Amino acid sequence: MTPQMTTWSFFADHRAEILGATLDHLMLVVIAMIIAILIGVPLGMFIVQRPALRAIVLGIASVFQTIPSLALFGFLIPIPFIGGIGKRTAIVALVLYALLPILRNTYVGLTGIDPAVLEAAEAMGMTRAQILFRVRFPLALAVILAGIRTATIITIGVATIAAAIGAGGLGTFIFRGVALVSDALILAGAIPAALLALLADFLLSLLERRLKVS
Amino acid sequence: MNTKPPLSPIKTIEFRDVSFNINVIPSRVIVSGISLEILHGETLVLLGRSGSGKTTLLRLMNGMLLPSEGHVLVQGRSTAAWDPIRLRRGMGYVIQDAGLFPHFTVAENVALIPTLENWDSSRTAGRIQEMLQLVGLDPREFAHRRPRELSGGQRQRVGVARALAADPPILLMDEPFGALDPVTRAELQREFSALARRLGKTIVFVTHDLREALLLASRIVLLEAGRIVASATPQEFLRLDHPEVRAFTSSLAMTPGASA
Repeated sequence: MTPQMTTWSFFADHRAEILGATLDHLMLVVIAMIIAILIGVPLGMFIVQRPALRAIVLGIASVFQTIPSLALFGFLIPIPFIGGIGKRTAIVALVLYALLPILRNTYVGLTGIDPAVLEAAEAMGMTRAQILFRVRFPLALAVILAGIRTATIITIGVATIAAAIGAGGLGTFIFRGVALVSDALILAGAIPAALLALLADFLLSLLERRLKVS
Repeated sequence: MNTKPPLSPIKTIEFRDVSFNINVIPSRVIVSGISLEILHGETLVLLGRSGSGKTTLLRLMNGMLLPSEGHVLVQGRSTAAWDPIRLRRGMGYVIQDAGLFPHFTVAENVALIPTLENWDSSRTAGRIQEMLQLVGLDPREFAHRRPRELSGGQRQRVGVARALAADPPILLMDEPFGALDPVTRAELQREFSALARRLGKTIVFVTHDLREALLLASRIVLLEAGRIVASATPQEFLRLDHPEVRAFTSSLAMTPGASA
């Protein structure tokens, strides 16, 4: 049998398992992204109002991103409440990874607005909150969404490594495939992960284009 | 409402020996020793080269800047004592790039202040129609467009309509026609000059274009390096003997086809 045929037959034989792992994987990503958005977007809005905190917050978020993902998962295991083996630890690590692109794009989007628009808003007597919610935020939405898109793609990739700490998902196939030197197993994890990333990229870029103003 | 001109002139805006510095080291003086009275209903043009402090004076009037020394009084009260939001809502503001909100339609842009002031929707809708007609835009054609679907001149018209929507007694304009092509600019200057006379508002207009100043002003105040060097009606202004005035009038004479 050719290697391609073994791969195809493996896929066919393990359809249900692959689908289950894909759904597990998707759950990890969706939960982590929701939490990262709920933290990143408000925090990004906050540091626009408090320029003194900007460097600190963006700095901390950047540091998390520089830690190799496998090491970050490892570091989290001994930490009480958020650590341990399993999904919870994996989600914490994924959130930390997703935070920087969301935070940075929120900040850049909110501050990169035509100065004439902001000057007019201020001079017409809009309050800071009105400027933030009625002018800055709607105009920044496309840029924020671009950050969410980047973060989602990173998270889909990094989530494969979460299998190393027992979080499940498509990484399970990859780690097993590496251990058993089986291309079919590795591909059973890698192909669905790649497809997920492509699909997320496509859908979010559609949304982004719809929200773009001027 | 009493539309007759007041018997004794009312000082709408008053600068009392105002200076404004930026606190860097060494501190930079932007404007200094400014004393100026802007009377109810006049169109005061602040004329000067770039960097002479015109825009700073404008921003001192609406409290976006507060004086380092002296006081700026608006309707008798110091800008430092005003609630900045209330102060600015009483002053329409038009700037060079219009600063229209790109995510709002023309109608929503014009309705900005009425909406923030919680006008009821039928009053706001009527006001939008009225304002667009006032600036020469057919509401049926323009109300639902976005700013990007307008020409520069049309955008500036919407900017004026937005500034006037809540009927503020004061209108501040910072080189509103500066970025337009010469033909459109002349057209808007002519129309605005007629509009200004009709509205009876106190208007402060910033420009570096003497021709524009002569056309629109009831009084011209000339700034040089952060100080007022001349204050005169347009007729008097051309006869003043000050080097900076001459610098401006000679620029006028050099323009081909100028009558001066």
